[in-house]
This record gives sequence, structure tokens and C-alpha cells, in this order.
Amino acid sequence: MKSPIIATGLALVASMATAQDSVLTVYTYDSFTSDWGPGPVVEDAFEAICDCDLQFIGAGDGAALLSRLFLEGERTEADVVLGLDTNLIAQARDMGLIASHGIDPQGLIMPISWDDPHFLPYDWGYFAFVHGTDLENPPTSFRDLAASDLRIVIQDPRSSTPGLGLLMWVKAAYGDEAGAIWEGLADNIVTVTPGWSEAYGLYLDGEADMVLSYTTSPAYHLIAEDDDSHTAAAFEEGHYMQVEVAGIVNVTNEMALARQFMAFMLTPAFQQAIPTTNWMYPAALPAGDLPDGFNTLVTPETPLLLPAEEAQALRDEALEEWRTALSR
Amino acid sequence: MAHRAQPLGAAHWAGAAVAALVLVAILGPLGAVLWRADGVGALGPADLAAIRFTIWQALLSALFSVALAIPVARALARRRFRGRAALIALMGAPFILPVIVAVLGLVAIFGRQGLLNAGLAAIGMHGIEIYGLHGVVLAHVFFNLPLAVRLIMQGWLAIPAERFRLAATLGFTSRDIVRHMERPMLRQVLPGAFLVIFLICTTSFAVALILGGGPRSTTVELAIYQAFRYDFDLGRAALLGLVQVAICVVAGLLVLRVALPGGMGSGLDRPLQRFDAQGGWQRAGDMLAITLAAAFLLLPLGAVFLRGINGVAGLPVSVWQAAERSVILSLATAAIAVALALPMALLIARGRAKGLLETIGALSIAVSPLVIGTGLFLILRPHVAPGNSALPVTGLVNALSALPFLLRALVPAIEAAEAGYGRLAQSLGMSAAQRMRHVLLPRIRRPLGFGAGLAAAMAMGDLGVITLFATPQSGTLPLEMFRLMGSYRTDDAEAAALVLLVLSLALFWIFDRGGRVNAAT
Repeated sequence: MKSPIIATGLALVASMATAQDSVLTVYTYDSFTSDWGPGPVVEDAFEAICDCDLQFIGAGDGAALLSRLFLEGERTEADVVLGLDTNLIAQARDMGLIASHGIDPQGLIMPISWDDPHFLPYDWGYFAFVHGTDLENPPTSFRDLAASDLRIVIQDPRSSTPGLGLLMWVKAAYGDEAGAIWEGLADNIVTVTPGWSEAYGLYLDGEADMVLSYTTSPAYHLIAEDDDSHTAAAFEEGHYMQVEVAGIVNVTNEMALARQFMAFMLTPAFQQAIPTTNWMYPAALPAGDLPDGFNTLVTPETPLLLPAEEAQALRDEALEEWRTALSR
Repeated sequence: MAHRAQPLGAAHWAGAAVAALVLVAILGPLGAVLWRADGVGALGPADLAAIRFTIWQALLSALFSVALAIPVARALARRRFRGRAALIALMGAPFILPVIVAVLGLVAIFGRQGLLNAGLAAIGMHGIEIYGLHGVVLAHVFFNLPLAVRLIMQGWLAIPAERFRLAATLGFTSRDIVRHMERPMLRQVLPGAFLVIFLICTTSFAVALILGGGPRSTTVELAIYQAFRYDFDLGRAALLGLVQVAICVVAGLLVLRVALPGGMGSGLDRPLQRFDAQGGWQRAGDMLAITLAAAFLLLPLGAVFLRGINGVAGLPVSVWQAAERSVILSLATAAIAVALALPMALLIARGRAKGLLETIGALSIAVSPLVIGTGLFLILRPHVAPGNSALPVTGLVNALSALPFLLRALVPAIEAAEAGYGRLAQSLGMSAAQRMRHVLLPRIRRPLGFGAGLAAAMAMGDLGVITLFATPQSGTLPLEMFRLMGSYRTDDAEAAALVLLVLSLALFWIFDRGGRVNAAT
């Protein structure tokens, strides 16, 4: 498009042309809808079969997405929300805005079982500390990391979903000892950033030896940049999972279409787009169908994940432990 | 001044109307958030710690910015050298950069792998660590030193050249000039400059957190973010927004009480010539101040430039579309900002309710953009689709944020023009329009150009309210850059940051030059 004005005009014409079709509005996070995210591929594939107009609306990150839904309440235009993670599910459920998806989760291929009636996963990943392959003796546990003099960058659990994931990781692995683990880590933490982007940027700039990210992060460098100098450290206590889910908004006028989209989400047309656009593991694709490069990734032996309601209940306490330990 | 007739009567009412509008535009959204909340909520110990830290770091940041700006502004005001205008424009760039770009630029110089530590290691010295309160202050000085320099320099340039001639005739030494001319001028200019920088720093969030090194450096803004995003506690968010209003009002009333009105009189707009300060030591001191400030401000920008330059040619087309939207947005913002600022500045310059009006003007940088954005979202959401209102709302909010800077630049210039020529204009029976055109506009063109340029450039780099409203098709350049960063595309993001830097500077340069047409300085 040469200019926004022409673009607006074309969009207007396009919307008139499809005025007969029904519109499915999906709220998601920004990086899903961007040109290099899964959004465009998914939109084309779904519109080819649904006789509808699929519209993605991006709203920051997962937490911003939920906050937007909360602000809009029953007035929301969203038919589907896509992009919450398990740490946000309980709050989303409490809002009373999510309908049962009614889809059999048999097709899911994940290291854990899934039976949530409201939310259905579309991808998942393991949180991990990413580091350069030249790092000698990478740590094999949080205690190991705390005992080392390695410098790490993490995200703030009060403003970022990976940050909250790390909080839950330590809590799930160490329970009541979580506070002590954080105290041990305090002198390793160079700084805490508001979001993932800043932390990863600082790591790439050499400000830290390790950064909290995902086991799948090295796949981006390997596949998109042909660079094999990044890897993730495997921790003995296991790795906390981030499971990204979608749900149908119960005030939707397009229930049938929304269900069709949820089912479509688990088909290869959607799932195959995930690995090299979202850089996560697809939730319903056999491991053999993953692109080359994913087979080189670290695969944790123990997946950790707190049930949604438990994660919500533990959050304030875990946050306070984190804040106290790092404020000293 | 009460005896003066009021040939600007219409402008007077316009000023009052704009002030009321600004107040509604800021407090309205805050009220909307409060309205939607279930109750006002309460502040916990963590919030109180955040308030204390916020005020403390903002005080330090504003003090250092203003104190360091004085020698630089004086040096730039009294020296002429090749490339001076370009240097002044370039040095303004940090103020308009998106936070994350500036932080990565600073890290390239002061970070673990940065130039400074490489240099220290080369001469066998211990490295320095940027993370901590000193890092926060360093970054805030980096952002705000340019603004302080410009505001203070305006003060120096507003001293009529004739005063310096007279001083030379009377045999004033540099010390005499400091005592009789420069010190009173500084007392007029510094409090306002200190206030705006203090207030900007109170809404800092990402800088304070990233360079502060962790939760010790939690600011009120982060607490608001958390209340909105993770706790869905609108009451607490609104309460923290009210705390920001209170900080602004108290700071405004305290600081503006210290300020003196201008008393320099007027001149014939001759080019400035400094007959003092020709000694070798003074020249050397001035050049040292300029060199140090230029190195401090320009090296991180150089890093941003070098990282981005290779990727510019290969940027995806969406980045250029976003850039186009951002330029249009910036121009609109500058126009709205001037339309709001001029009537208010005229009213303030007439001495009516000065403290109140300046405080209203300053509110827009003291109150969280997240609170204002969310409030506007709540107000507009039932009526307009967010995608359609993204750019107008961003333009309005940015124009409001630019208001205090325009006021700071405009008010002293209008006061000076009114004090010097008001009576003459009145005795000549000039109409309000004639007076505006022949007396005021020629004298406020420079601050007006500067302020409009600042508004345009700030809108270019803003990554505040737009995040709440934007759809994939209506993102601005900084938002697009942030999306690239969030998708591992660091090289593209760095190139987009460079485009952003160049566009912001170009916009600022054009407005700022426009304000100085025919001016020898």
C-alpha cells in the first residue's frame, strides 16, 4: 500500500465487498498479528475454508489482551481471544466472559494432559535460560546458577508474562524455599526489564551471560539467521511450561464460526505456521513434522506446570517473596 | 500590571477556554477510570516505597540535568563556531528517542561491553557498572540535558544584545555580568526547566526499571502498569494517578514560587556579541563544556546509527507505512500543540492565575499516559472503534504532553515582548491582530518553532497510548519497531530505530529552523 489514505480506501472497498460474509473478530497479542507472525498465514488459510472475514486485533502482550477484555466487558467485539497463557487463565475465567469450547482435546500433542473446558492450547514452550554456546560449564539448576557468578537478565513478573512464568517456575520447583532461591539469585541478576524484548536485547548486546527466554529461542537464530551460537541451559528441577491458549467469548454472535476457528486451530494449516513464526512448539503437530533445527533443541526431562487456579492463588505470595528477596 | 488595558481580550478568553479543556482532557480520563473502579482502593507499603523512590530519583535527575546544562547553555549561547546550529539540533535528539532505543544506545557506551569499559580495561582500570540509582540518573540526564540546555539557552538569548553592549561600555567584568544579568535570568528560567524535567522523570518506568537493576527501582508508573495489567485494580490505578496529580501540583506551586519574572527589558533584536568572556581560559572552559556534553549525548546516538545503518535498505514495507503514519501524526500533533499553547501562554504572560495555569499545563506530563489512555479508552470505546480513534487520540495526548514545553518556551518570550513593547503598541492604538502580527509573532517565532518541533518529534517517538488503541493496520513507527524487537528481529528493529531517529530529528530541525528564519543567532 502506498499510503494509509489509499489503504483506508481499499479497506473500505474490501469491507463492502465482503459485507455479506460474517466477520470473526479475534483479539490476540501484537506479535501474533504482525507481518512476520503467524497471523497472515492463519488468516489466509482460515478464510479459504470459512466463507468469512477473519479479523485479528492486536493488543500488546497476553496481559494487555486480558486487560483489554476486562475493560470492554460484555461490550467487547471479540469473538475469540487467542494468546493468554496458563498463568492468566484463572483470571480470565473469573471474568465470566469465556464460553466452553466443546472441542475434544484428543488431538493435542503435548508433554502434559489437557482438559480445560474453556481454553484450548495452540502452542507451548519451555522457559529456559538462553546463553552463548561458548559459555563454559553452564549451570544445571537454580542452585547451581545462584552459586555461580554468571550475570542474568530477567523480566519483571509485574509487567511481563515470561517474568510471571519464571516466578511460577521457581515456585513450582521449590515451593516454600522459593524465597531462599531468589535471595541466592539476587546477586546474579544484572537487571529486571519490563518485557521480553528489552531483556533479550540486553543479552544480545552482551550485557548478561544468560537471559530468561524459551528453549525454542535458539531455533530462531539457527533457522532464520543460520547462527548456532545460542543454546539453552537444561535444569535438573525441570522447566516450567508456557502454554498459550485461546477461548471463545460467550457474548459472541458467531458461536458456530468461533467453534470452527477453534477446531481449525488444531489442524496442520494453523499448526504448521507456528514453529517458524511464533518460535514455539505447536500444540497438535507430530514431532516429525517440526522444521529442521527444532531437533537440535534442548528438551527438558521434567515439564513443570501449575494448574491455572493454583497459579493464581500462589501469585501474590510468590510476588512478595520475589520483591523482598530482590529489594535487599 | 492591572492598569494595563486588555487589547488581547479575545485571546484572554481563548486562553481560559483552552486551560479548561486541557484540565478536562487530563482529569476526565482519570475520572473515567475511577468511575469504572469498584472503589478507590488503598496503597500498600510497596506503593509507598514506589512513591518515595519516584520522587527521589526525579529530584536527583532534574537537579543534575539542570546543573550540568548551565555551563553548556552558556557556552553555546556565547560562542560561535562552524556547525554550531547542527550540533545544537543533534544534541536535542536523546529527548525524542523511544526509551528502549536510548537505553540500548547508552548500554553501548556505558554497559559491560561498552566503549567506556573497553577504554578503562585498556588502561588497566576497573570497569564501571551502569545498573543502579546512578544508572537511572545517568539515563534521565541523557534524556533531559538537551531539553534543559535548550530552555536555559533561550533565556540567555533573550537577554538583549544591547544589555551586553551597555555592560561593556560600563566596564563590566564577567563576574559583574554574572551578578547583574545572568543570575537574575537564571532565576527566571531555571525553576521552570527544573519543574518540567522533574515531572517527566516522575512518570519514568522502563528506564528506571531497566537501569535501576530491579524491584528496588519500582516507580509509581510501574505500580500503575501492574494495577491495570495484572491486578485489574482500576481503583488502585486511579489512586496512583491521583498521587501523580498531587506530586505535580505540590511541585508546581513550590517551584514556581521561586521563579522571578523577567526584568531584562527589550532591545532591537541585534545579533548577540559578547564583549566579555574573550579570555583564553573562558574560551577553553566553554569549549570543554561543549565537547563533553556533545560526547555524552552523541556517542550513544552514534551507536544507534551504526547498528541501524546496514539494515535500512532491507526494512519490510510495513515499517515505511508506519513511518508515513507517524510523520502525519507528528505534523498534526505539532499543529494541535501550538493551537493549545499559544492562547494559554498569552494568558499566563499577562500574569493571570499564573501558578494555576502553569500547573495545569504541567499536569499532562505528570499523569501517567497509561491512565489517560485507559480513561480515554473507557470514554470512547462505546462510541468509536479503537482502531479508528488510535491516531486522533495519540495526536491529542501527545499534543497535551508537549504543552508544558511549549509554555516554558513561549511564556518568557511573550512576557519580554509585552514588557518591552506593550505600552508602545497600546499608545499606537494597535488592534489585537496587529499587535499579534507585528509585535508578538516576530519575537516569539524562535520559541514557537522550537516548541512545535519538539511536539512533532515527541509524537514521532511516543510509545504510550498508541499501544492501547492500535490495530495491526494503524501502528506507528515506534510501535512497529517494538513489534520487530518482540519477534527476535533485532536487526530490523535497529534499522527502524535509526529511521525513527532521523525522521524525528528532521522534523525538529525543520520547525526549529523555520522559527529562526532571518535570525542571525
